[in-house]
Amino acid sequence: MFGFGTEYEGLAFWLPLIWAALIAVAIAMYVIVDGFDLGVGILFRAAGHENWRDRMMFSVAPIWDGNETWLILGGGGLFAVFHVAYAILMPALYVPIILMLIALIFRGVAFEFRFKSERSKFLWDYAFHFGSLIATFAQGIVLGAFIQGFSNDGRQFTGGTWDFLTPFSLLTGVSLIFGYGLLGATWCVMKTTGELEIWARRMAVRFLIGTIIAMAIVSIWVPFLERHIEARWFSWPNIAFLAPIPLVTAYTAYRLFRDLEEGRHVRPFFLAIGLFLLGYLGLGISLFPYNVPPALTVWQTANTVDSQLFALVGFGIAMPMTFAYTAYAYYVFRGKVAEEIRGGGYGLH
Amino acid sequence: MEFDALMLSRIQFAFTIAFHIIFPAFTIGLASWLMALEFNWLRTGNPLYRNLFRFWVKVFAVSFGLGVVSGIVMSYQFGTNWSRFSEFTGNVLGPVIAYEVFTAFFLEAAFLGIMLFGWERVGDRLHFFATCMVALGTLLSAFWILSANSWMQTPDGFAIENGKAVPVDWFKVVFNPSFPLRYAHMVLGCYLTTAFAVAGMSAWMLLRHPHDAPEAKLVGARRSMSMALWFAAIFVPIQIIIGDLHGLGVLKYQPTKLAAIEGNWDRMANMPLRLFAIPDEEAETNHYEIAIPKIGSWVLTHAFDGVVPGLKEVPPDERPPVWPVFFSFRIMVGLGFAMLGLGLWSLYMRWRGTLFSNRLFLTATMIMTPSGFGAILFGWFTAEIGRQPYVVYGHLRTADAVSPITAGAVTASLATFVVVYAFVFGFGSYYLAKLLRRGPDPVEDIRGDDLGKKPKRPFSVPDEGLEGRPGHRAQPAE
Repeated sequence: MFGFGTEYEGLAFWLPLIWAALIAVAIAMYVIVDGFDLGVGILFRAAGHENWRDRMMFSVAPIWDGNETWLILGGGGLFAVFHVAYAILMPALYVPIILMLIALIFRGVAFEFRFKSERSKFLWDYAFHFGSLIATFAQGIVLGAFIQGFSNDGRQFTGGTWDFLTPFSLLTGVSLIFGYGLLGATWCVMKTTGELEIWARRMAVRFLIGTIIAMAIVSIWVPFLERHIEARWFSWPNIAFLAPIPLVTAYTAYRLFRDLEEGRHVRPFFLAIGLFLLGYLGLGISLFPYNVPPALTVWQTANTVDSQLFALVGFGIAMPMTFAYTAYAYYVFRGKVAEEIRGGGYGLH
Repeated sequence: MEFDALMLSRIQFAFTIAFHIIFPAFTIGLASWLMALEFNWLRTGNPLYRNLFRFWVKVFAVSFGLGVVSGIVMSYQFGTNWSRFSEFTGNVLGPVIAYEVFTAFFLEAAFLGIMLFGWERVGDRLHFFATCMVALGTLLSAFWILSANSWMQTPDGFAIENGKAVPVDWFKVVFNPSFPLRYAHMVLGCYLTTAFAVAGMSAWMLLRHPHDAPEAKLVGARRSMSMALWFAAIFVPIQIIIGDLHGLGVLKYQPTKLAAIEGNWDRMANMPLRLFAIPDEEAETNHYEIAIPKIGSWVLTHAFDGVVPGLKEVPPDERPPVWPVFFSFRIMVGLGFAMLGLGLWSLYMRWRGTLFSNRLFLTATMIMTPSGFGAILFGWFTAEIGRQPYVVYGHLRTADAVSPITAGAVTASLATFVVVYAFVFGFGSYYLAKLLRRGPDPVEDIRGDDLGKKPKRPFSVPDEGLEGRPGHRAQPAE
């Protein structure tokens, strides 16, 4: 495809592409759904009233668990079909991955513990906020390190513990905090009412500005990390096909800003998702077909055909149902969160 | 023992998975327990069951949350610390573990939200359906992960190409020889763990109140304890039989592990049943052995003169560490028989009519609260240490499975996990104790079964059972 993977034929050619697309969708799903609930955590400490924090947390409490499952699908999916990539990436990203896991533990237990605590409630406010913040930062670092690439011998990582840590990966770490914060703020605009909603709008605008600046810097930086990325974007005729992406991104950001000003409730959240997907598309275009940049392609890191096929059967049967009942779970908890959260905010708790 | 990245990674994996398994073990049982409670509530309309559901679902939520966050750690650790294992097994185990995510994790997670928060939004039937789906999810999850683990114990249905395992027959991969009995043994183990935890926590709630406290306060704990002990009395004997059958599989497929479990150095017929010994790996013998002649062979082969393999049949570098396997197994079995004893005692107490009033029995039941967790942990120590020095039995040594990472990085991560898990576990236990101290909501209106000896509330309307049913749409949201 596009001159890549020409030495592979039939299923050995198509399956890695199909799986790359499916895992890309899974990661996009993760970034969107856990993005907004991590974003709620990022905004959490800034919310001035306990009642606001209760409502923000309650808006994600019934669904966060499902959201985080996409992260397991990301890790599990990589192991399932691109085990070579998994085996190289995980040791290379040892520090940020462990950091993310630890942070996710704190924010995850905060959901259960906060509603059950009285005097120690402040502790879980901290756990939820800093857990979300650090998990996001670590994910951003993983993203930056991934774009930079990893030294390897084709089977195992050959670099050092701190290779991931560069100005670029720190930048992507901070960028993701703005991005998730924007998703979280627009989610709160959609799910809350009154003063909290007005506050969330103000936060959304701030995080939008941060997100745009971050996207601009990353977009300028990425093409110059690698010659072939630069060539891909700026050579003719690619530039004609790809130029619309930054233009559409700019328009989406403008529309989102206007929507927030005009007091719309639902659309800002979906525009924020759109902004994310555009950035994601841009990265996909830069990196294809490498899933262990800068050198290993999806074909080189894939499992045997038989193994990919078996996983695909399970995916094909199970995932449509997963989408259906996940959508149903969101539907059940549709609408704005009540202003008074009684009994700790739990229907049953 | 050298504390290199390998040893530290082994400790880290052992620590994080031992911590993790406590919670799924509890939630697998609790999910089915909740299903039973809600079913009884829908069937009888007795609000006792609804109150019990609402109480135990809080315990479930705490435990499930801890299970999820410690579980995500596991799914990444295969890669971060065991990348050479991932490389060797990825073609085979990758899809098996992915099936767990596809079929189980999403199912649990999506319906968990409805089960915890959605009763008044979806109504009784859909809520019960959600509870059933959560329970099904826990069982499916156990299915796939135990299949993957069993494959590492008794690998089948694969070939080795280019230094990696590649799948040949998926049915044989998934249903490898040790899987069916391991699954049965583990799921029943989880159910019994929950039964003893529920019984023990209920016994504690009963012990905290004087015997003549108002019936409404005690009935929830009594009913929970009674149901849990019925389950235990019936299923502990069945579990012992399954465990014995599982042991026959170990004899067949992992003879060296079995020899370590038995502390048996020389291949022999008429092997004694060693109740206690201090295995000496240097001298290749046991000290201070206390044993019953011939019974060991009988237990394992169901014949007194059955031949049992010995450790000396393989060179020392292919033997597991003997004493941890030997003692872990004995602790597990000891706990199993203690559970059997409590189950029988409960039957006797029922017959005497003093199940809820005999303080000695209640105290013993309370002390047995963690027995199932102990049995599960020591059972897994036996299974996993007994498999050493292999991580994939006979094919990949643990020493060849570790990632190219530094000891420093693993020391830091291990120390962090220990501190964080201790902190989180400490608070989790504290909130759990708070929940138990409060206990289930009192039931004012007891009827519809053998506990319903109290008169109905005065002036109650005939269909009062529907009142307060949270799913009933005519009712205002709570």
